[in-house]
Amino acid sequence: MPESAAGTPLHIITLVKWVPDSQLERRFTEERRIDRSEGILSELDEYPLEAALQIKEAADREVRVSALTVGPAGAATAAKKALQIGADDAFLLSDDSLVGADLAGTSTALAAAIEHVRADGDTDGEHLVITGMASEDGESGAVPAQLAERLGLNLVTQATALSLEEGRLVVTRASATEQQRLAAALPAVVSVTDQANDPRYPNFKAIMAAKKKPLTSWSLADVGLGAAAVASKATVLTTDARPPRTAGEIITDEGDAGLKIVEFLAKERVL
Amino acid sequence: MSAVLVFFESLSEQLTTSQQELLTLAGTLGDVHVVTGTEGAAAAEVVTVQSVESVYSGETEILAPDPALVDLLETAVQETSASVILSPDTADATDALARLAVRLDTGIITDAVGIDAQRRVTKSVLAGSYTTTAQVDEGRPLVATVKPNSVQASIVAGHPPEVVSLPVGPSLTADGAANGGVEVLERTPLEASERPALTEARVVVAGGRGVDGNFGPLEELADELGAAVGASRAATDAGWIDHAAQVGQTGVTVSPQLYVSAGISGAIQQRAGMQTAQTIVAINKDEDAPVFEIADFGVVGDLFEVVPQIVEELRRRKA
Repeated sequence: MPESAAGTPLHIITLVKWVPDSQLERRFTEERRIDRSEGILSELDEYPLEAALQIKEAADREVRVSALTVGPAGAATAAKKALQIGADDAFLLSDDSLVGADLAGTSTALAAAIEHVRADGDTDGEHLVITGMASEDGESGAVPAQLAERLGLNLVTQATALSLEEGRLVVTRASATEQQRLAAALPAVVSVTDQANDPRYPNFKAIMAAKKKPLTSWSLADVGLGAAAVASKATVLTTDARPPRTAGEIITDEGDAGLKIVEFLAKERVL
Repeated sequence: MSAVLVFFESLSEQLTTSQQELLTLAGTLGDVHVVTGTEGAAAAEVVTVQSVESVYSGETEILAPDPALVDLLETAVQETSASVILSPDTADATDALARLAVRLDTGIITDAVGIDAQRRVTKSVLAGSYTTTAQVDEGRPLVATVKPNSVQASIVAGHPPEVVSLPVGPSLTADGAANGGVEVLERTPLEASERPALTEARVVVAGGRGVDGNFGPLEELADELGAAVGASRAATDAGWIDHAAQVGQTGVTVSPQLYVSAGISGAIQQRAGMQTAQTIVAINKDEDAPVFEIADFGVVGDLFEVVPQIVEELRRRKA
């Protein structure tokens, strides 16, 4: 297998998401949906992109890196950023039926889009789907596993290091109690943490080059789905802003601040 | 009463506090059945707890991240007709429950902090700035992961539960990758700490750039308070402490009763991981540090002077 894999083209599909900037105030709309009127490429999605580009640069075979995103029209910005960072092409699945989609709806749409990308002229090659550890807005981390289940692919999550060795993916990950090294045959879905690498910044040349790269937009119908297929199975009933934390007592140390902290803790009954 | 399945990927000799919390929560929702990758008889001994009726396990031990755990869960759901399936919010359990939800054609809600009798799930979202309630459609089972420190653990010893061995075995084999699957090349246990696990601790003592490579005083304070030690990304990136200690948006989220922040400026990514703590105490040399905007008690000062004084005073009061 190592020898035969060498000549086979590899297609890496990285999932990227357009999310509200976590540096700014994020909020829910009256329809109990996250306000997506403005956004950026999720910082956590720079790691899968970097992982894909490093695999491409280390490979002795043809590797194509695609970026795929599901989101509103504005998500094209995230796709374009992915092209600037180094993806060869990008796909945007956008549809009114996907507004407010839950994990089931989102993973169904992504799975159909991945199938569509895979069927799109490179059926002979091998496939690898790389995602971030979680989205920066939903933060569930459940999408990679749902994708693997829907697509029937191998799954390795929370990679802190990964490489392609002799045609198989070798991954280091940490579970709750142990560190593991796993090997997975392709095709596979792998999610990577922010420990996996140091993402690169696009330079001027890369930004100019990105303008010539293809960005394909799809509706649900284009990937063979109807609205019912992506209907949410979990519904948000209420969204309440937490009262913002307010500053308490701030003192400057005059040699007795440690004592004052202990007094405060005793008063608050947290000792 | 309806059946509630609780999934523990593995059980050691004693239930952890968060496992006790999860069994407590499950007990308020129905008859509890445990599903685990640990061998059945051993597991039953650990969960000899009132309200736990039975333990479902495989033919032999099944270790995460083996997808056979999903087969085990699916079979247990069929056997019990469970309407609620819960697990801790670890990565391996989330993977298994996410796949299970696809097989059951139902919704999954992660990181719950509460579930009521109507199966309404409460969670904290957008880095603790909102609280939401959500519900899985009527007629579909609820699949949810639950965060530690969400309920008060209250369990009572009971009769040993019935052990049900399901016809499921491990699927990860030594030559798995050569046969198109996944294989485990190496497992290294993480160093067990005497301290409580970071995500489960009721008190967390965290350090950042200001500790300048020396976590010693914070570790002493943590030992005095029975606390876990956390860190900002600056401290873990500098290599002063293991990455597993990172509290924040890309690290772990903690909701302890008390969070002591020392030498951490409190950038928004750090705050995202700790701002649902009940009480926050901050120590920082820089009076303009953003952490003071959210601290219940703040000290502008040198942590290397303040922290040892706290330790000394705590010891004096104990003596």
